[in-house]
Amino acid sequence: MQETIQINGYELVYKKPSTLTEKPFHYCPGCGHSVVHRVLMEVIEEMGIQERTIGVAPVGCSVFAYDYMDIDMQEAAHGRATAVATGIKRIHPDKFVFSYQGDGDLAAIGTAETIHAVNRGENILMIFINNAIYGMTGGQMAPTTLLEQVTSTTPYGRKHEAMGYPLKITDLLANLPGAYFVTRQAVHSVNAVRKLKKAIEKSFEYQKLNRGTSFIEVVSNCPSGWKMTPVESNKWLEENMFPMYPLGDIKLPKEK
Amino acid sequence: MEQKTNGKREARLMKGNEALAEAAIRADIDAYFGYPITPQSEILEYFTAEMPKRHGIVLQAESEVAAINMVYGAAGAGGRVMTSSSSPGISLMQEGISYIASAQLPCLIVNVNRGGPGLGTIQPSQGDYFQATKGGGHGDYHLIVLAPASVQEMADFVFDAIRLAEKYRTPAMILADGALGQMMEKVVLPEEGSLPKPEKPWATVGKPAYRKRNIITSLFIEPEKMEGINFQLQDKYTAMQEEVRYEEIALDDAEIALVAFGLSARVCQKAVDIAREKGIRVGLLRPITLYPFPKKAISSLADKVNFLLVVEMNAGQMVEDVELAVNGKKPVYFKGRMGGMIPTPEEVVDRLESLIEKLSISEV
Repeated sequence: MQETIQINGYELVYKKPSTLTEKPFHYCPGCGHSVVHRVLMEVIEEMGIQERTIGVAPVGCSVFAYDYMDIDMQEAAHGRATAVATGIKRIHPDKFVFSYQGDGDLAAIGTAETIHAVNRGENILMIFINNAIYGMTGGQMAPTTLLEQVTSTTPYGRKHEAMGYPLKITDLLANLPGAYFVTRQAVHSVNAVRKLKKAIEKSFEYQKLNRGTSFIEVVSNCPSGWKMTPVESNKWLEENMFPMYPLGDIKLPKEK
Repeated sequence: MEQKTNGKREARLMKGNEALAEAAIRADIDAYFGYPITPQSEILEYFTAEMPKRHGIVLQAESEVAAINMVYGAAGAGGRVMTSSSSPGISLMQEGISYIASAQLPCLIVNVNRGGPGLGTIQPSQGDYFQATKGGGHGDYHLIVLAPASVQEMADFVFDAIRLAEKYRTPAMILADGALGQMMEKVVLPEEGSLPKPEKPWATVGKPAYRKRNIITSLFIEPEKMEGINFQLQDKYTAMQEEVRYEEIALDDAEIALVAFGLSARVCQKAVDIAREKGIRVGLLRPITLYPFPKKAISSLADKVNFLLVVEMNAGQMVEDVELAVNGKKPVYFKGRMGGMIPTPEEVVDRLESLIEKLSISEV
């Protein structure tokens, strides 16, 4: 689709998508947010749907998602992104609408909005970044924090007796008839990024069909909150997060 | 008085809640988001029955919290949208209302006030005056607040509230009460399609190549910017002062003024009749806009009368604004009932008589 650009005799094979603004990402080195932002905006560019897409930004580290994504967007209150997305989609049923939330936002304070948006089968894409921690507020326990994981509010590790278990909300949502496509992806490797991109493409294609909610969990990292280097965090992710949150499709559309 | 336009406007006998909902459909509401709560569930029920037959969206949300955030999304996307609830539900919406005020989105919020605090009672109350007129949620903001006193006004004020909300890009509230919501009266409904929709170039509709992206947000992390937004809001509230509305009843020769809004004003109207039969020269000032508040009208009223008696269905809320407006020029007294109780006209007259007696004794 793209024309070939030559620079000093070299062919340009990789560039920033036009759907991202000029503003440099503020995210910590190694953080998954910027990769997810980029992949999402690549898909919107490649599908040519910038003019028809409206996004909802969350509260948390990606609260300023609209500073980077060059599309019409609304900032939601903590936990309410899918209610806001519902309002937008009901007004513009012919537009593409997505929400973007972290684990505290989607699976703690916004649990009711999350479950009911999927239960209504809202024809939107919900993107869920699960890094098992509240990054923005300084690394507190999230609903998805692993047992024994140390955070600033579980200094002795998360104990299920007092703090409950890691919430696998994606599996829970997949049981709802309103969920059309549910998948769990990651951005820790090139291969994983490619798979995520495919899942986002599919989700926007499904949105044209108006058959229910597409839900993508991205198991991600938080080097700052986890107190690790980016490389260490990706290793920890593979060894600890994936056993609890295994990657792959959880609910696929039924062939019709 | 019955109005007729092209002979089309029929008078109907309707509940306040239903008249309000019907008026909203006639005002071309694009979407209604709500959650059941007594004494206003008829509004949601009316929309769920009528919207599928006519035009527009109705959605029963999972909570008032979700409903107000759907309103935020839909209003930001350029829709003409509303929600309704009653006191505890309106409390739940306060976070969202603060966001909507800060993001400067027009919408209509209806509070059919019931007795509180807490779960309270389902009976009528005016206990949410402070919450409605002083902001209600966090931060420095106001809603435009209209207080109907009849089923007719339940319908008419829908048009007024939406017009003002869109003019000032601000949330507007109709503050009614359980009695106004539940009682049936004759109403002449506003004409369908008579409220034009303004352009909303700021709305999130999808970004075409020729313009910058539209962002709906209430987050301005730099304090200089956030203060700037606050100045914008305050300028707007100053400009809104010209929208003040109130009604004067029998004040021309009055020596005493009653001040009351909504259902209390209906009670006071009757009290004026009874008192005047007894030879007491009393009149009534009824604020229609609770925000902006008719400060000047009350201040000049204080120059003319001997004292003012504020009557409310609460422990004394609007009376504080009346006292500020009167600014010590004349005594301001208060008569209130709480927790879902409605004062009778006779109670108000009794209070007037005892005040007159007390004051004439102290004059001696």
